[in-house]
Amino acid sequence: MTGHPFTLAGAALIALPSGALWWPDRRLLCVSDLHLGKALRIARRGGTLLPPYETRATLARLDGDIEATGATGVLCLGDSFDDLAAAGTLPEDERLWLLRLMAGRDWIWVLGNHDPAPTGCGGTHRAEARIGPLTFRHIAEAEAEAEVSGHYHPKCALAGRARPCFLLDEARLILPAYGAYTGGLWCHDPALVSLMRPGALAILTGPKALAVPMPRTAPQIRPRSSSLSR
Amino acid sequence: MSRLPPPLADWIAARGWRLHPHQQAMLDRADEPSLLLVAPTGCGKTLAGFLPTLAELGPKPGPGLHTLYISPLKALAADIRRNLGAPIEGAGLAIRVEDRTGDTGAHIRRRQRADPPHILLTTPESLALLLSWPDAPRIFAGLQRVIVDEIHALAESKRGDQLMLCLARLERLAPGLRRVGLSATVEDPPALGRFLACHPQPCAVLTADPGPDPDIAILDTETPPPWAGGGGRHAIPEVLDQVRRHRTTLIFHNTRAQAELFFHALWLANEDALPIGIHHGSLSRETRERVEAAMVAGALRAIVCTGSLDLGIDWGDVDLVIQVGAPKNVKRLVQRIGRANHRYNAPSKALLVPANRFEVVECLAALQAVRDRTLDGEPRGPGPRDVLCQHILVTAAAGPFGADALYAEVTTAGPYAGLSRPAFDACLDFAATGGYALRAYDRWRRIMLRDGQWQLRDPRSAQAIRMNIGTIIDTETLKVRLRGRGGAPLGEIEESFAATLTPGDTFLMAGQVVRYEGLHEMTVEVSRSPGRDPRVAVFNGTKFATSTLLTHRILDLFQQSRWPDLPDHTADWLALQRKVSCLPRADRLLVESFPHDGREHLAIYGFAGRNAQQTLGLLLTKRMEEQRLDPLGFVATDYATLIWGLEAVTDPAPLFDPTRLRDGLEGWLAGNAVMKRTFRASATIAGLIERRHMGQRRSGRQATFSSDILYDTLLRHDPGHLLLAITREEAERGLVDFGRIEEMLARIGGRIDCVRLPRVTPLAAPLMLEMGRVPIEGAGRQRLMEDQAAALMAAAGLG
Repeated sequence: MTGHPFTLAGAALIALPSGALWWPDRRLLCVSDLHLGKALRIARRGGTLLPPYETRATLARLDGDIEATGATGVLCLGDSFDDLAAAGTLPEDERLWLLRLMAGRDWIWVLGNHDPAPTGCGGTHRAEARIGPLTFRHIAEAEAEAEVSGHYHPKCALAGRARPCFLLDEARLILPAYGAYTGGLWCHDPALVSLMRPGALAILTGPKALAVPMPRTAPQIRPRSSSLSR
Repeated sequence: MSRLPPPLADWIAARGWRLHPHQQAMLDRADEPSLLLVAPTGCGKTLAGFLPTLAELGPKPGPGLHTLYISPLKALAADIRRNLGAPIEGAGLAIRVEDRTGDTGAHIRRRQRADPPHILLTTPESLALLLSWPDAPRIFAGLQRVIVDEIHALAESKRGDQLMLCLARLERLAPGLRRVGLSATVEDPPALGRFLACHPQPCAVLTADPGPDPDIAILDTETPPPWAGGGGRHAIPEVLDQVRRHRTTLIFHNTRAQAELFFHALWLANEDALPIGIHHGSLSRETRERVEAAMVAGALRAIVCTGSLDLGIDWGDVDLVIQVGAPKNVKRLVQRIGRANHRYNAPSKALLVPANRFEVVECLAALQAVRDRTLDGEPRGPGPRDVLCQHILVTAAAGPFGADALYAEVTTAGPYAGLSRPAFDACLDFAATGGYALRAYDRWRRIMLRDGQWQLRDPRSAQAIRMNIGTIIDTETLKVRLRGRGGAPLGEIEESFAATLTPGDTFLMAGQVVRYEGLHEMTVEVSRSPGRDPRVAVFNGTKFATSTLLTHRILDLFQQSRWPDLPDHTADWLALQRKVSCLPRADRLLVESFPHDGREHLAIYGFAGRNAQQTLGLLLTKRMEEQRLDPLGFVATDYATLIWGLEAVTDPAPLFDPTRLRDGLEGWLAGNAVMKRTFRASATIAGLIERRHMGQRRSGRQATFSSDILYDTLLRHDPGHLLLAITREEAERGLVDFGRIEEMLARIGGRIDCVRLPRVTPLAAPLMLEMGRVPIEGAGRQRLMEDQAAALMAAAGLG
């Protein structure tokens, strides 16, 4: 697995290319913004009928990461379900899949703005979780230290390609969205620029985790591949 | 012989006018259930369409809608309303004429539904919207005639398919309805007739006198066209000279960006300050209307324009049309030329301005084709099913329907005459449940069967369905406005372009250099910035493929031993190409391989048209990826594909094995950007993706995700899904165009000439400057990203 290793508040962590965070010393896998049940929620509200496969796509990815790391604990960093009803209306096979992943593991659901109350799926529900030196919460707080959060779905472009990314500085880490049907917020968005300190890194997901200095302004040149634009 | 009502006949006679033969023929044959009039521009085609209506309504018409007029342009509907006013008021007829488009106010639209006028002028989208209301049967019950203007243009897009579905519906609401189509010169009028008629009824075709041959030539310029790229700016002095010598000149360009650049350059050279305007689809409505009004008033000597002036208002005073850049298609060129001299039986005058050396050859080939009166055109495929999916939802919004009745109705529309029942049922299932193999939405169907009738599960969803009506897929754009209170709107730019702007950047908009100041409430604010070199706004221009007819004529020209009809600069260029490499020919395939700017390049001269050359690029780069040649991207033009990458291709022949090319098309084409673009359009039309509307875009941008994700998900979990089938059908006839690759492979018969050269060849030079590059997501790209990440980290002292 070609992740990007780093330390935050003394904790040795690895940003995995899938968008999950792996803490080897605690055998803890952390993922954010799964948005399970999103397609069904849109349908319930009379919207369009999106391909109803995003939950299994997300669970398959999570299953793969748990398998590859041998995680004994999983922490879901909020917006795990697209709304509170989504947890109750997951199709039976997907619910069983989730239960199978949870079985025998410490499973912590941090509450998010989409799922602000316990969902009845088992595991532990927390507004925020403190583990060792780190604090895990859904939305980053301005003055926080040693904080791991999600919510913003950061994305970053490199060589003309946009990818979901982690954002990292000496005080905090923001995770990319892990769910299949999730968009992104450019890391040069003012909301993210004001949160992240100078010298922050963007760690792009993809076949390999790639770290770059976090871009703080929109690209000057339209990103496009060209043999003449160099 | 049919007669006009006396007051109208008197009014016409008082003006000293006489009906043209085809206008009289339209009156005489007013009872034909379907009638197609094919006539050149400027011969009173629209009036010919309306005469039977005026005759039937007479001086004192009863209430109710008699005639529906449909035009592809909103502006045309408004213009026709003004033009009809003269005879109606002049003859004292009590006929009410109103237009109804996206610009019509909500109050008037409500009133029109309650009390429709005798003649309603509208667009296909507004008609579809009107038909989505439950009171449509009442509005249209007494409808007698439908006039489809510029039907040749509508038939080229899905707007035409949607319109024909709407006519099928109207036929049910008003049985016995008569249809009239008004068309410019086309290559196959009977096919257009079948498109228009209520299947299986026949369609009569009336052909007006085509008029004298046009007076057409290539404009001689002192500065030869550039080797590459272009936009015709070398021809500015001669174009200005022509403008001076004519009353009104239309200067057509193929893209909006080129029109802007040319207009800018024209103004810089316009020492006499001749009044010249610009007109294209990205300009604000206010800007366009100002130009149109100035034109009607005769206040402009020239208008730099794009396809936005291909149709529409008859500019009586235009006496010269200049086409800048390759015409691509003979039929469209003939129609454009017809914009000049809108006086019947006077020859139209036109000049062609090739923008680069290659286009000189294409212009000559086109000019010869016009003189030979040969027209090109590809046969129309069956009606696309994404449009049908939308039509089913819109029908449900209007009220409950039976599946058998709707199927019977839909198959009376020409484009859907051959639609099978299973194909229809698949669309119905898509509209109801999403059509997924995983039956996830049985409880949340959009439409459901109650008492044998299909209807909306939730009546409130009618609103969302109405918001999604239409088949035109816009790229997301932002309005551009001058900064300051009440700043004038200038037009729109693509959001992806706007995202790259930083304050201080300059670009061209509405012919002015403007400076980007900032983004305020989803509007790009700019200030005027005279005299600076602009960056060009990136517009989405439709890219037509050069027709088969024209490419064959070009290849024939190449085979001449000398080129006395070509200017020396172009003849010398072709001779140089023949010397350093060779000239492409119809029965062989020329492939050139050369290094340039640190990348290896491969130029393939297939002459199969832009879309097929693009497909070829996708197929070949895939093979190169397998052979670890690390391709990075390619660009396709009408005559060639240029691929660049990290490794040189030494033996291209195996890449062109037809069987493996076809396998490639079957197997993996699914994963590429062209298919995703096609999917996005079809998924939006079919109603899977909702159009984003004003104001909705701002909130929660991280909540919206790309349609590519939906495509990838469907491909993995539901490969048999209807929308993937539609995407494949669409791509094969549109963006993929595999038919023309087959045509090319058949004519080259495995004869491939590979030339390895130390540098760019004369023929390859124009390819280097083409826009629309397609990146390849492969090992080469990952290598590049890793290199760039390492460089950035090193630069930041972190490496």
